[in-house]
Amino acid sequence: MSSNTIALTELPASRPLALRLHEWVTTVDHKRLGILYILFALVFLAVGGVEATIMRLQLIGPHKDLVSPEVFNRMFTMHGTTMIFFVAMPLVFGFANYLVPLMIGARDMAFPRLNAFSFWMSALGGIFLYFSFLGGDGLYGAGSAPDVGWFAYAPLTSKTFSLGHSTDYWTLSLLSSGIGSIGTAINIITTILCLRCPGMTLGKMPLLVWLNLVMAALVILAVSPLSAAQIMLLIDRYLGAHFFDTQAGGSAVVWMHFFWIFGHPEVYVLVLPAFGFASEIIPVFSRKAMFGYPVMVLATIAIGFIGMSVWAHHMFTVGMSAGANTFFVLSTMAIAVPTGIKIFNWMATMWGGKIRFDVPMMFCVAFLFQFLVAGLTGVTLAVAPFDWQLGNSYYVVAHFHYVIVGGILFTAFGAFYYWFPKVYGKMLNETLGILHFWLFFIGFHLTFDFMHIPGLLGMPRRIYTYEPGRGWDTWNLIVTVGVAFQAAGILFFACNLIWSYLRGKTSGNDPWDAWTLEWSISSPPPVYNYAVVPVVRSRRPLWDLKHPEDPDWRYE
Amino acid sequence: MSAVPIGLPEGSLNWRLPSKGRVGMWCLIAAEAAIFTIFVVAYIFYIGKSITGPQPKDVLHPPIFYTVCLLASSLTIHIALRRITLGKMWAFARWWLLTILLGGIFLFGTAREWNQLIFRQGLTISTNLFGTTYYSLVGLHAFHVTMGLLALLTVSIFYFTTRLRREHAERLEVLSMYWHFVDVVWVVVFTVVYVIGV
Amino acid sequence: MTPTNIFAPASTPADSIFGLSIFVLLNVAAIFIVVFALLAYVVVRFRSKRNDDRKEPAQIYGSTQVELAWTVIPVLIVLALFLASARVIASIQNPPRPPGALEVIVTGHQYWWEYRYPSLNIVSANELHVPVSDPAHPTPTFLTLLSADTLHSFWVPRLAGKTDLIPNHPNHMWIDPHEPGLFLGQCAQYCGTQHAKMLLRVYVQPRDEFDRWVREQQQTPQSAALSPGQRTFESMACGNCHTISGTPARGRFGPDLTHIMSRDTIAAGAAPNTPQKLRLWIKNPDAVKPGSKMPAMGLPDQDVDAVAAYLETLR
Repeated sequence: MSSNTIALTELPASRPLALRLHEWVTTVDHKRLGILYILFALVFLAVGGVEATIMRLQLIGPHKDLVSPEVFNRMFTMHGTTMIFFVAMPLVFGFANYLVPLMIGARDMAFPRLNAFSFWMSALGGIFLYFSFLGGDGLYGAGSAPDVGWFAYAPLTSKTFSLGHSTDYWTLSLLSSGIGSIGTAINIITTILCLRCPGMTLGKMPLLVWLNLVMAALVILAVSPLSAAQIMLLIDRYLGAHFFDTQAGGSAVVWMHFFWIFGHPEVYVLVLPAFGFASEIIPVFSRKAMFGYPVMVLATIAIGFIGMSVWAHHMFTVGMSAGANTFFVLSTMAIAVPTGIKIFNWMATMWGGKIRFDVPMMFCVAFLFQFLVAGLTGVTLAVAPFDWQLGNSYYVVAHFHYVIVGGILFTAFGAFYYWFPKVYGKMLNETLGILHFWLFFIGFHLTFDFMHIPGLLGMPRRIYTYEPGRGWDTWNLIVTVGVAFQAAGILFFACNLIWSYLRGKTSGNDPWDAWTLEWSISSPPPVYNYAVVPVVRSRRPLWDLKHPEDPDWRYE
Repeated sequence: MSAVPIGLPEGSLNWRLPSKGRVGMWCLIAAEAAIFTIFVVAYIFYIGKSITGPQPKDVLHPPIFYTVCLLASSLTIHIALRRITLGKMWAFARWWLLTILLGGIFLFGTAREWNQLIFRQGLTISTNLFGTTYYSLVGLHAFHVTMGLLALLTVSIFYFTTRLRREHAERLEVLSMYWHFVDVVWVVVFTVVYVIGV
Repeated sequence: MTPTNIFAPASTPADSIFGLSIFVLLNVAAIFIVVFALLAYVVVRFRSKRNDDRKEPAQIYGSTQVELAWTVIPVLIVLALFLASARVIASIQNPPRPPGALEVIVTGHQYWWEYRYPSLNIVSANELHVPVSDPAHPTPTFLTLLSADTLHSFWVPRLAGKTDLIPNHPNHMWIDPHEPGLFLGQCAQYCGTQHAKMLLRVYVQPRDEFDRWVREQQQTPQSAALSPGQRTFESMACGNCHTISGTPARGRFGPDLTHIMSRDTIAAGAAPNTPQKLRLWIKNPDAVKPGSKMPAMGLPDQDVDAVAAYLETLR
């Protein structure tokens, strides 16, 4: 396109809106696609938050009837599906898209058109899933939002028990976004292996790049089984097949195996990039190199491998043999070792440093505390007999929200505050950022700390109401109150994004005095990224430039 | 606006990274292999578990001839690529078209087998677990063969409209990786369906 | 206190889990305290000072000994937790089966529980009666778990961990309650619209009370003449879903009603078994448990009364 060949960072604002929108819709530029993914994720974050709020208001006390059981069951299904597939995954892919080529000194991703195709397939999935709400009720389930839970266990998803098309909206929208995910993963791997700038061996890549590489490998190995299982489900529902038809000898447990072979690595897909954000932010704000880079890489690869072998810890209660249960206890606990090593290495990075508590670092420090707790509750759940009590209860719900919100979302917020200046050339407002942090922190802890307790007191998940007299009432009330604080925090965040986009303080190239390649170019970067292909000699090329008397490559 | 210059170390760098076409195709192959693995696992798990209906040993006959055709097509595509790297375009085209023909014969064989199974033996995807797993696994493979054939046909169209040149050899090598993958999958499917499962 | 507290075990499986959980929680708490304290220390001690001289601190790239230390110690902790878990798994999943054991076949339905006692010739629903088990002469109850439709899960926290009910996949669990009483729980695997109201009530009874309950359940109600309610029951096809022994009603889709008045609740615990709720349930099930599989039969009020009166004779 002719207007893209002009080597300017900003085009005149007087171009007609239609033309600018058209550029965005047809873009193959990794930076624009990254922003599209992230905007998409933020919209669905709000939607998923509304769904959560409806559920929490329904559960604020026993026997409430704010919504019917049918609507509640759609809420928890849509909340889970939305947050995983249309918030967390797009956030991960958006940041990977924007940052990876910049951090390896490349001009774009390896396959820009595949990149655009992948984004739009994911977007299509999200839009299609929400179209299900418009499907209309009619005969219950005949064309309405899915209500089978985000893991859609068989045989509830068979034609017998799920009449109508709600399950099909779930299946087809995730097949579409699955294609998008696999396309993006192919792109990320190829970019990292084939487009690194001269001198950047695999051992000299920023840790964020390593973590995204392993994440992409997991996507390829894990999302494909989900797609396979979903094709089987479609064949069951429409061609009369019997994969999960228990009356014909099919097995509901086979669906569980196939789903969790996807489902468990999926959570590592989400958390590894979060580790990447922490691994870039913590060193810069501690003013120290990452402690134990090679060990961090090995730990990441170990998590990737072990993560493929733990899936049946989601199935401890289905009646597997004692031997099988015992194996999955061991593999699940094993993965705590490399994960713990990472926490220690981040702490060691901060040790002896000069920690600056700017907003990105506040979010990452909170992440460290919270991820520690989340990992430890995970260890308790790995103990299969304990899981026989805690599984499918609110203890599990508290655990995984602690990881995803307390771990992943917190580091993602940190990443927003850290890289927003690079993307837009303006700082996010610090006061609004501090308010965002504290409000969300309070709300997160009110909701998810106390949510463990109903689980310990016997409250199962996915219930639209509960009985009084079981000791669950007060805790559920506190959990719901936390939602208000989280909503307020998100509101401040949204305001900060908009305000700073319009009126933020100019940031310059390198507002944080950081050390990776992206900070060497202008903010926002030129459309071609690097006018001269960089050549690097160490893991922190800008440290070498800023400290020519004491460069990293002498010590690595 | 331009990059901060980062110093070149002494001596020139010998910086060679793998080709992105190859790496991308390996990743695609890995993803497809994962999908096939799930269908193969389902097939193996459900062996002998059909409650009613025809059983494999009653109705399956190993398609030896069609298998040989498909495996031979891996050889012919390899030869075609050797020809084009040497610039022998017409020789390339003959071997390329032979590859398509052999792939087409394989698909014809599958269609013939299915016709016999459905109309003579009464085995459909909904008959029993064997029908379900058989048609989905073999069908998934046939779908991948079809996609591959469409790609190969597209290349021949480019040849006949004289747009194909010797410099495209590397891209065709990447495409041939996919074709070899489809053949390897057939070896696995054949073994599982016609040898182990019977 | 809380009737569903996992930390108040009253049966051996729950006891074993409780003991293991305390061990695990203590370990995890210790790890938490140590790492939390270290993190807090780091965050406070190494803050950059206000009058910072902007010189970068010493850059430390790693240390093999430190990495080894914080690899080996977690591995040892993992090993300890793993061995403790393996022991409890084996003891719960492969229990000895003493001669006094009672067998109950539990079948999960959308949204109620069916109980069959094959050795006692009893069929019941929703409220499970079992004898208390004396550790000296154990009389545990072994449950075989089946499902008639979707997935369910049997979870009575004070008696045992949960085990799923999966169609075409029989599961087994056991309980040996040490004290009499009523133990509560509910379905713990999402099974459809009314998953939330598929409640569990386990009545653990001293031996003599349990035997008396068994005798009452084994009797078939005799009725000399057909009451109007019974006639309505039989002509309105209620028997398509429900069984009442000694009558033509032989349906198995819904709970067995032969001894419905021996139960404290109806609709799997969704409502107490009172005359008013019983009538409401028969007239309009959706008012009690919206989305349950019992259809509103559209009976006029006097027929509802008659049927309820008939059911109230079934003790």
